[in-house]
Amino acid sequence: MTGSILFLLIIVLGGIAWFFGRVKATRFSATNPKRGTVHSLPNYHGWYVALWAIGPALLFLVIWNIASPALITDAALASPAAEQLPQGQFARGAILAEARSIASGEQVRAFNPLSQSMVEPYKAAISYYQMIGMVAALLLVFACGVFAWLRIKPELRARTKIERVTMMTLLLASLIATITTVGIFASLIFESARFFSMVSPIDFLFGMEWNPKAVAGPRGETGFGAIPLFWGTVFIGAIIAMIVAIPLGLMSAIYLTQYAPPNFRAWMKPILEVLAGVPTVVYGYFAALTVAPALRDFAVSIGISGASSESALAAGVVMGIMIIPFVSSMADDSIAAVPSAMRDGSLAMGATKSETIKKVLIPAALPGVVGGVLLAVSRAIGETMIVVMAAGLAANMTANPFSSVTTVTTQIVQLLTGDQEFDSPKTLAAFALGLVLFIVTLLLNLIALRVVKKYREAYE
Amino acid sequence: MNSAVAFAEERNPTDWQSDAMQKRIRKRYASERRFKALGLGAIVLSAGFLAFLLIVMVGNGLRGFTQTELPVEIDFPAMTGGASPSQFVGANGSANLRSLGVQDIVSTSVQIQYGEQGTELFSAGSWQTVQAAILDNPGIVESRTTLYLPVGSEIDVAYKGDGNASAEKTVEELKDQLSTGFNSNFLFNSDATDPMQVGIWGALKGSLITMFITLIIAFPIGVFSALYLEEYAPKNRFTDLIEVSINNLAAVPSIIFGLLGLAVFLNLFGLPRSAALVGGLTLALMTMPVIVISGRNAIKAVPPSIREAALGIGASQMQVVFHHVLPLALPGILTGTIIGMARALGETAPLLMIGMRAFIATPPGGIVEPATVLPVQIFLWSDEVNRGFVEKTSAAIIVLLLFLLTMNALAIYLRNRFETRW
Amino acid sequence: MTELVDSTNSSESYTMTESAVPNISAGDGPLKMTTRNVDVFYGDKQAINGVSIDVTMDNVTAFIGPSGCGKSTFLRCLNRMNDTIPIAKVTGEITLEGEDIYAAKMDVVQLRARVGMVFQKPNPFPKSIYDNIAYGPRIHGLATSKDELDNIVETSLQRAGLWREVQDRLQDSGTALSGGQQQRLCIARAIAVDPEVILMDEPCSALDPIATAKIEELIHELRGKYAIVIVTHNMQQAARVSQRTAFFHLGTLVEYGVTSDIFTNPTQEKTRDYITGRYG
Repeated sequence: MTGSILFLLIIVLGGIAWFFGRVKATRFSATNPKRGTVHSLPNYHGWYVALWAIGPALLFLVIWNIASPALITDAALASPAAEQLPQGQFARGAILAEARSIASGEQVRAFNPLSQSMVEPYKAAISYYQMIGMVAALLLVFACGVFAWLRIKPELRARTKIERVTMMTLLLASLIATITTVGIFASLIFESARFFSMVSPIDFLFGMEWNPKAVAGPRGETGFGAIPLFWGTVFIGAIIAMIVAIPLGLMSAIYLTQYAPPNFRAWMKPILEVLAGVPTVVYGYFAALTVAPALRDFAVSIGISGASSESALAAGVVMGIMIIPFVSSMADDSIAAVPSAMRDGSLAMGATKSETIKKVLIPAALPGVVGGVLLAVSRAIGETMIVVMAAGLAANMTANPFSSVTTVTTQIVQLLTGDQEFDSPKTLAAFALGLVLFIVTLLLNLIALRVVKKYREAYE
Repeated sequence: MNSAVAFAEERNPTDWQSDAMQKRIRKRYASERRFKALGLGAIVLSAGFLAFLLIVMVGNGLRGFTQTELPVEIDFPAMTGGASPSQFVGANGSANLRSLGVQDIVSTSVQIQYGEQGTELFSAGSWQTVQAAILDNPGIVESRTTLYLPVGSEIDVAYKGDGNASAEKTVEELKDQLSTGFNSNFLFNSDATDPMQVGIWGALKGSLITMFITLIIAFPIGVFSALYLEEYAPKNRFTDLIEVSINNLAAVPSIIFGLLGLAVFLNLFGLPRSAALVGGLTLALMTMPVIVISGRNAIKAVPPSIREAALGIGASQMQVVFHHVLPLALPGILTGTIIGMARALGETAPLLMIGMRAFIATPPGGIVEPATVLPVQIFLWSDEVNRGFVEKTSAAIIVLLLFLLTMNALAIYLRNRFETRW
Repeated sequence: MTELVDSTNSSESYTMTESAVPNISAGDGPLKMTTRNVDVFYGDKQAINGVSIDVTMDNVTAFIGPSGCGKSTFLRCLNRMNDTIPIAKVTGEITLEGEDIYAAKMDVVQLRARVGMVFQKPNPFPKSIYDNIAYGPRIHGLATSKDELDNIVETSLQRAGLWREVQDRLQDSGTALSGGQQQRLCIARAIAVDPEVILMDEPCSALDPIATAKIEELIHELRGKYAIVIVTHNMQQAARVSQRTAFFHLGTLVEYGVTSDIFTNPTQEKTRDYITGRYG
């Protein structure tokens, strides 16, 4: 019997338990018609029994699944076939792993004949422990179910108990986000620490040469200087993309909020939002297929040297287009948050609309707009697919937008592509880059949110 | 009658009709018009980018749904030595067909009709079309039948647009015989090395499985978190910590989630690489904050009067939440969920990190089998040198965009339908 | 209150929903603005119904009436601030010095410079005190030199009675002032463009009594220099600051006349009910 069938069986038994609990509660509800003698509705009693029946059994199964592999291996090793196994830890582990995957049906044939001989003991051990687990789980279902059923009486506060369990579930769910954050931080820190034990952080953060393909030297690796990547990221995400996105996004927001007739606004706003909904891989393809060749031809025609088919400009412009709706909606919100009294005040003095916008609304909305731009920058530097597909891999320190530069995210993808050895600095460098990216985007977001919050408070 | 107040200095009244003032006003209005035009220009330019992108994709991609074909006459009775249609019906049909050696029959027929080098005209997998045709209609094996088979990728590209010189020449020679047909391979096949044989079904199925996993994990967790934070969480530092982590997660670059998936799900938990399960888990962590945030807004929008009314007739806090608040907030939560799912569906980078970039030629059969997803398939095809892949990439993009468009339209519909209930 | 002039019935008559036709002019002073048969619609809803009224120099004119009676709406017609509400539609004739302000050739920017406005809630720009005052002169090009601009700022602040309080901190933000000071700053800002008429839309409703007294004093001092129209929901205030009072009810002008007459001897039943506090 496989795990999922057992799981289903337990759920079904839980349903039956619910039914019995409810029936019992219904009966004493009927015999105690006086208000207040029965604390909870029959339904809650049903749930009370069902949760008792299912909960401990499922918990047991989880623990059993974690613990049983070790027990199975021990049992298999105790079998006569195990005596032929080599003593070396590594060879032994490989054979056991192979035997295990054959026994569980993941693999059909063994490469090592010794593994084949271990399959039978494994199979026996697996079925033995599976049986124990199953029987124990079912016993738990019955024992706890009956226990709960016996405890049902009119004055049992079943509803309160159910609500407490629900509450715990909600709390656990909301903890997942925190666990994820901690998980991200821990895994990045952990892998980065391993990287920095091989490569000095100073070399990494301030080194000018990025060439991770260089053969690893004994202590003092070369080629892990990340400055060119940081420059490329800033050049594309914070400079070129923003040169495109800020004016277009800001002016779009101004036009939509201040000038556009309602009909036009109703149509145009969703269309702009579509720009944000297009997957980044599509933008990347668009940049690589259409924009980059066009820009290269243009650069060649005006005689710029070093124009490459993968250019910072192509990636940056397309990224800027992607960011337009982001900037636009942030600017929209900020301008809308400026009290209309401010606008009326200016208009009532005989200012034209554009004078009001330029001299009153924008200065008043500036903190919000700046916060929005910071968020947009944080989005842009963490963006991956566009730069992977259009920016190139050459780690150039150049301000020529027509040449190829590389970014942090591009290199993360590059480093983790292909066969990975989890102790090579090349692989671990990806986590160090990820850590830098994570910290920078986090800081940008915190600053931006603080700026925006302060600004909102100013008008409340 | 005037109040006698002495002012520091009396100003001459402004003469609004003076030439200087009129000129100034004209200048101000001109600047007003310029500014307005600038705004309109920004919008039109932004929308123009979108239109241009879509036109490029559709222009390239529609051709991906068609294939160029050449007629081949196959003399089945002679070639098969008199196979009867009944052989290819029922359970043993495909096995019998396999033993028939359709591949050889097709290449012989092609050589008879187009000469010694004829097979090079056709796609390497064109015999599969014949196989499918027989299964579809076994009756054809009784007679000489003309079937339209897909040509090789180079000729296909040359016929549709501009290919290389030699292929163009071939197209010129065969012009009268070449025709265009619907490329059913594209919808029902998986990845392949020959662009004439590739299809999106494998990637689409992978996407659907991955999205399913994402949904069943992210939705309950997201809704529960939103409920907890809005309805129960006490104001303390612990709650603040949860809130801060959710807000931060929403802003973490997607590739970081990929690194998390790689380090935790693959290396720590030892889950299988390239599997839809890991992809779904990773994307669920990414989607969950979106659902929490939209869910909280939807719950916040439920007016307190409804809560008070329910509490007033003696409902418990839990009953208020599950009987009144949650149903009323559900449309808003669903809207946010769909938007988050649409984002996850288009996501590529984190999936590359967990190894979903392998060449997968068969659709995944389960959650732990190697799979790929649509955006990753697009990325992989975009890297192919063969020019036949350009239109396939764009065609896959069209399919992906159609899915996203549908989801967004659904979200907008939900939002408009249920927006103003109070 | 200096002079009391008998209110004379207008010789013109207008079709109105009210049974009695109110006076449209009250008193002497040079005519500044006139309105004839003004209707205002918000979408399908009619907010103002056939109001005709004359505004004169030398007098402070107060619009009173229960809330929602349309007095603020009507006030916003006088400098076309209703243009900022897309669904608002104004018909009828409003003139400033004989020019129709809704005529095509009337420039709304110039109009608003000539008919200034002070709002219910003080709304200084988030700029320095100096820049708040200098904003209007700058956009209209009223000063040719820095000295001249300084002069305008100083004069305006003096007229608004704020100069002594802020002369040492002109570069501080206008939003850092107290509520009453902010409102006087807004009045100074309106004065700085040298308007002919100043509209005040419940200028004291957000202020405490002491600040209110100062604003009322200021209104007194500004009388004669500008034609002032003030909307107020406070009848005592109308009695204190104005020489002419118009009573609005449900979008129509019920009665218009010399303030002391309106408060002591109203001709309309409705007006009497309102000022004696029967409703409102």
